[in-house]
Amino acid sequence: MGLLTFRGGIHPDDGKRFSKDQAIRTVMPKGDLVYPLSQHIGAPANPVVKKGDHVLKGQVIAEAGGFVSAPVYASVSGTVKGLEQRFNPAGSKVECIVVENDGEYQETEYEPVKPLGEMTRDEILEKIGNAGIVGMGGAGFPTRVKLSPKEPDKIDCIIANCAECEPYITADYRRMLENTEELVDGMRVVLSLFPNATGYFAVEDNKKDCAELLKKATADEPRMEVKLLMTKYPQGAERQLIYAVTKRAINSAMLPADAGCIVDNVETLIGIHTAVTEGRPLMERVVTVSGDAVASPGNFKVLLGTSHQELIEAAGGFTSTPEKLISGGPMMGFAMVTADAPVTKTSSSILAFRKDVVAQNPETACINCGRCVEVCPSRIIPSRLADCALRQDEEAFVAMNGLECVECGSCSYVCPAKRQLKQAIGSMRKTALANKRKK
Amino acid sequence: MNEKYNVSSSPHIRDRIKSSSIMLMVVIGLLPATLFGIWNFRHENAWVLVVVTTAAAVLAEFIWEKLMHKPVTVNDFSAVVTGLLLALNLPPTLPWWMGVVGAVFAIIVVKQLFGGLGQNFMNPALAARCFLLICFTGRMTYFVYDGVTGPTPLADLKAGEAVNTMDMLFGFTRGTIGETSVIAIMAGAMFLILMGVIDLRIPGSYIVSFVVFITIFGGHGIDPQYITAHLCGGGLMLGAWFMATDYVTSPVTSSGKVIYGICMGLLTGLFRLFGGSAEGVSYAIIISNLLVPLIEKITLPKPFGKGGERA
Repeated sequence: MGLLTFRGGIHPDDGKRFSKDQAIRTVMPKGDLVYPLSQHIGAPANPVVKKGDHVLKGQVIAEAGGFVSAPVYASVSGTVKGLEQRFNPAGSKVECIVVENDGEYQETEYEPVKPLGEMTRDEILEKIGNAGIVGMGGAGFPTRVKLSPKEPDKIDCIIANCAECEPYITADYRRMLENTEELVDGMRVVLSLFPNATGYFAVEDNKKDCAELLKKATADEPRMEVKLLMTKYPQGAERQLIYAVTKRAINSAMLPADAGCIVDNVETLIGIHTAVTEGRPLMERVVTVSGDAVASPGNFKVLLGTSHQELIEAAGGFTSTPEKLISGGPMMGFAMVTADAPVTKTSSSILAFRKDVVAQNPETACINCGRCVEVCPSRIIPSRLADCALRQDEEAFVAMNGLECVECGSCSYVCPAKRQLKQAIGSMRKTALANKRKK
Repeated sequence: MNEKYNVSSSPHIRDRIKSSSIMLMVVIGLLPATLFGIWNFRHENAWVLVVVTTAAAVLAEFIWEKLMHKPVTVNDFSAVVTGLLLALNLPPTLPWWMGVVGAVFAIIVVKQLFGGLGQNFMNPALAARCFLLICFTGRMTYFVYDGVTGPTPLADLKAGEAVNTMDMLFGFTRGTIGETSVIAIMAGAMFLILMGVIDLRIPGSYIVSFVVFITIFGGHGIDPQYITAHLCGGGLMLGAWFMATDYVTSPVTSSGKVIYGICMGLLTGLFRLFGGSAEGVSYAIIISNLLVPLIEKITLPKPFGKGGERA
């Protein structure tokens, strides 16, 4: 069977060798825990604790602020120090609940769990929503909302995004190797919501060992299949992944559900398993710490709210002062001003690089080589769109399908003139989308 | 922890390739034709014209940018490519100062006055060649080989005389410095294809449409000898592989590249068969350059998933 893929994309050095063979280690926080109220797309959560309150591990500290929102849980026991403005990994100062860890890890009592077969659809969705599960690959869309399409019977395809196409990150890889059963169980829960769906584990072929394990684990699951994808960035981008697995193409105006698909990543499915099968809310995740400035790169299971600084120390600290610190992958992650930001639901990795290649490569004139056009998975013309963006010509930008950009950054990566194409297109796109909503 | 790290928009990694490395690869791709031309026209001292023209192009860019207080960009090798391409398009006997005039015209009028690298809408080397052809028609159409003056094989072909296609393939014939040897040109073109600098869409559609045109209108039908002579003669190979493929003056869209190639193929055929001169590649390419914005407009690709309806 040929490998499944899409047209376009790039093959950067995957950098996974630094951390892929490091088993997941648990890191216990030492300092205060910081919980941003907005770790997801949608309304921020509403705090339900105040300064001086004593909280237990697993206790809700902020409730969902609306339907498209998600609650936040304390991941340690301790005392609430207050609501403060702190940096999130994306570099904005946001409202956060700060909890002083008492080191006891006293856990609250959870509702008893029921076997999957005895739960109704609404009960399962309720569990997932109440546990605070959001898309943990980076987008942070509340999972309960994603799993509640208008017509659940029309969903025939649940895709577990096991591509992990971002270079350097190996968190999902380790999860697949070490928590195969939990991952498969997460899929089982999701499939129980969609009677007509088949579950696909879509794995890039640089992780054949995971594919083998998943095949074994799903041998007795008639509704689950493992699909091998070509190793290529952005294979794990939602639209490209759906196309690779189902050959259905969706655009910016459509949702995956319009093509009968729902996509969840590895960490999210494990979160669903924890919420529904174990009855515990979302309090931890696996984060890769890597990059050439990190002493001993690895994969760490970390309580949400732990400072990135502590995570870096757990990986042996820096071998030399990095020029650049990135939360998330090198292609779509955020450059961090400081390591003093907490791990959130969407933090998949922290990367430290000795050299900042962006600063080393100043922008020069476009030579019209068309490499950006060749690699663009959305099949638009990045160089021309960036020109429209720099002229602030919104009309031309929209006419040339600028809104179809998925901001994967492949164009900026290949550009021999080192133009910041994605940056220009991304900011124009934001303006254009906002103006479109106003109309 | 008060370290401040660099902040920039994603992505945070970059491919190694740079504009200057692409230009350098084009220079390397031109070396076989250049070296062969210098050897082939050694009696005419072609090397002087090649060196002077190339140096003049680089110097013109340097001086202009200094005078205009712009960042000096001569280390991107694009002026080297322009100068060298122009030299390869000149008859070996051309006085060196005419080469300088052409190089200065290419760099300053065609490239810098329109905004520098990436902004020119015509291939600078070809525009300069056409400029010289108008200014110095006599010297630009004066061809010598081994000390013997005479017409180029293409002119012979147009006059209905027999030509030696074997000599044309190897390049042992009259012509401009870099255009005579198809083998040397193809060796360089193969290198650029292997390095991923150029692809087959433009040269392929150019050559195929040209062959179709001369087969239909050439009056010789499917005559392999006639077609081969047309393919190996004049600037077709050098133009199709090294100048039609110039990034700046060709479309970025995939189907646009094919349409652009066809335009050049038809125009070259038209000029060669029905024009006053035996040659037509330079004019065909620069006229097609002018069509590029239009071609891009009508070949805007359909974005991924377009046409799908929201359920």
